[in-house]
Amino acid sequence: MTAMLHVKDLRAYYGQVQALHGLEFDLKEGSLTTLLGANGAGKTTTLRAICNMVRSTGSIEFEGKKLDNKSTESIVRLGIAHVPQGRGTFTTMTVEENLQLGAISRKDTKAIDGDIERMYDHFPVLKQRHTQQAGTLSGGEQQMLAVARALMLRPRLMLLDEPSFGLAPLVVRDLFKILGKINREDKVSILVVEQNAQLALELADKAYVIETGRIVMSGTAEEIANNEDVRKSYLGY
Amino acid sequence: MELFTNQVLAGIATGAIYACMALAVVMIYQAIDHLNFAQGEMAMFSTFIAWQLMQWGVPYWVAFVLVLILSFAGGVIIERALFKPLAKAPVLTHVAGFIALFAIVNSVAGLTWDFTIKQFPTPFGSAPFLGSQLISTHQAGMIGVTLVLLLLLFVFFRYTRVGLAMRAAAVMPESARLVGINTSWMIALGWGMAAAIGSIAGMLIAPVVFLEPNMMGGVLIYGFAAAVVGGLSSPLGAVIGGFLVGVFENLVGTYIPGVGNELKLPIALALIITVLVVKPHGLFGRTIVKRV
Repeated sequence: MTAMLHVKDLRAYYGQVQALHGLEFDLKEGSLTTLLGANGAGKTTTLRAICNMVRSTGSIEFEGKKLDNKSTESIVRLGIAHVPQGRGTFTTMTVEENLQLGAISRKDTKAIDGDIERMYDHFPVLKQRHTQQAGTLSGGEQQMLAVARALMLRPRLMLLDEPSFGLAPLVVRDLFKILGKINREDKVSILVVEQNAQLALELADKAYVIETGRIVMSGTAEEIANNEDVRKSYLGY
Repeated sequence: MELFTNQVLAGIATGAIYACMALAVVMIYQAIDHLNFAQGEMAMFSTFIAWQLMQWGVPYWVAFVLVLILSFAGGVIIERALFKPLAKAPVLTHVAGFIALFAIVNSVAGLTWDFTIKQFPTPFGSAPFLGSQLISTHQAGMIGVTLVLLLLLFVFFRYTRVGLAMRAAAVMPESARLVGINTSWMIALGWGMAAAIGSIAGMLIAPVVFLEPNMMGGVLIYGFAAAVVGGLSSPLGAVIGGFLVGVFENLVGTYIPGVGNELKLPIALALIITVLVVKPHGLFGRTIVKRV
């Protein structure tokens, strides 16, 4: 089976500083894959490189199409939704406008209202607050909104950058439960970058570990979770 | 009392023009965070095109619509050719770009149509409006056109997908790209709309100030003042700012001895500075509510 996302020899640069040193990994269709790593390992940079938001070389293929040299917006239009760190919420607009914006590049405008209702089913709190300015939501609610907005694209692949960041543990559990459901029921492949390794490994089926811009380990989530080194470095037991 | 009413109404009428200029300025400011110093010259050039079309026998309203379309296209072309390459350049480069555009448009207009003043027709006539001596039909027309324009813009930004995308691109360009919005074209669209709105201002004020290459200089400064009063981020604010500046200008010119016509322009500048010092976000500037 060929990979949905195929990354080869990826190198990324911030000015003179090289952040990724020949990263290689695959993501299978329908999989929920996680990238683990410490601060500064290059996790966020990897996601930004996929969406061409940072200068990079190497090859990234999505469903057989090369993504290098495509603009961010045209990569998104191929069906890759990116929930960035800091969530990318349009804070001055209402919750509902944020959801509309998630679907702004879609051609099937008639189906959008139905999808907004589906998001309200996934995240009932968003329905209660649909006329509220998104900036006034709590951190957890904003993260739900960010995921919902990304799903409004009807993406084939969703990139999530540290969805647990700054959230209370209970909220994180809820959110990850919903992510698992979306992955299974809506057939959205997910690539999630996390510092909360334990939770990410419970959820994912495949995992990669990044250190200083290189993949140093890969395997099923179970294998990685049982690996001695990973346990010591990332799980703390 | 009649003098007062008269001055207020006349102020609202010229305020309508300032409002249009302020709308055009806000449109571009929202898109690229810079004030377009050449906005007035672009409007003047559009007005000359309208005049030329009418010289060739095109009826007023046909020329009006044609000029709107041509100005929109012109705005888009200026952005693509001149300001898109400058997108990541520092502020001073932009300022130089705007001044260059100002000088070029002004000279080309002078070269093509020379600097003598020309009559520009009004479609509304200049009879007393509804039999009242206070305001003419042309002045009423200026107010009416501005209000219709504001309404159309409101509907566009509130209820259409393109309007929503433009707002998103203006407030958070990076997030906008991440939902698939082509922010670069949204900026071009903003330029096109600004040029078209400016052309309306030019065509409405030309019967009052007469058509010549320097006719928009003062008007643009009042337009800036109106945009600043309105807070630079809100179209509604720009229009209300325009009306306020128009009335303020007239009342100060009438009632404060020594101001008269000659010192009216510094009033606009004083207003800009006062607003920036006292209330930097203007009367209707976006206040961002944020949970900390």
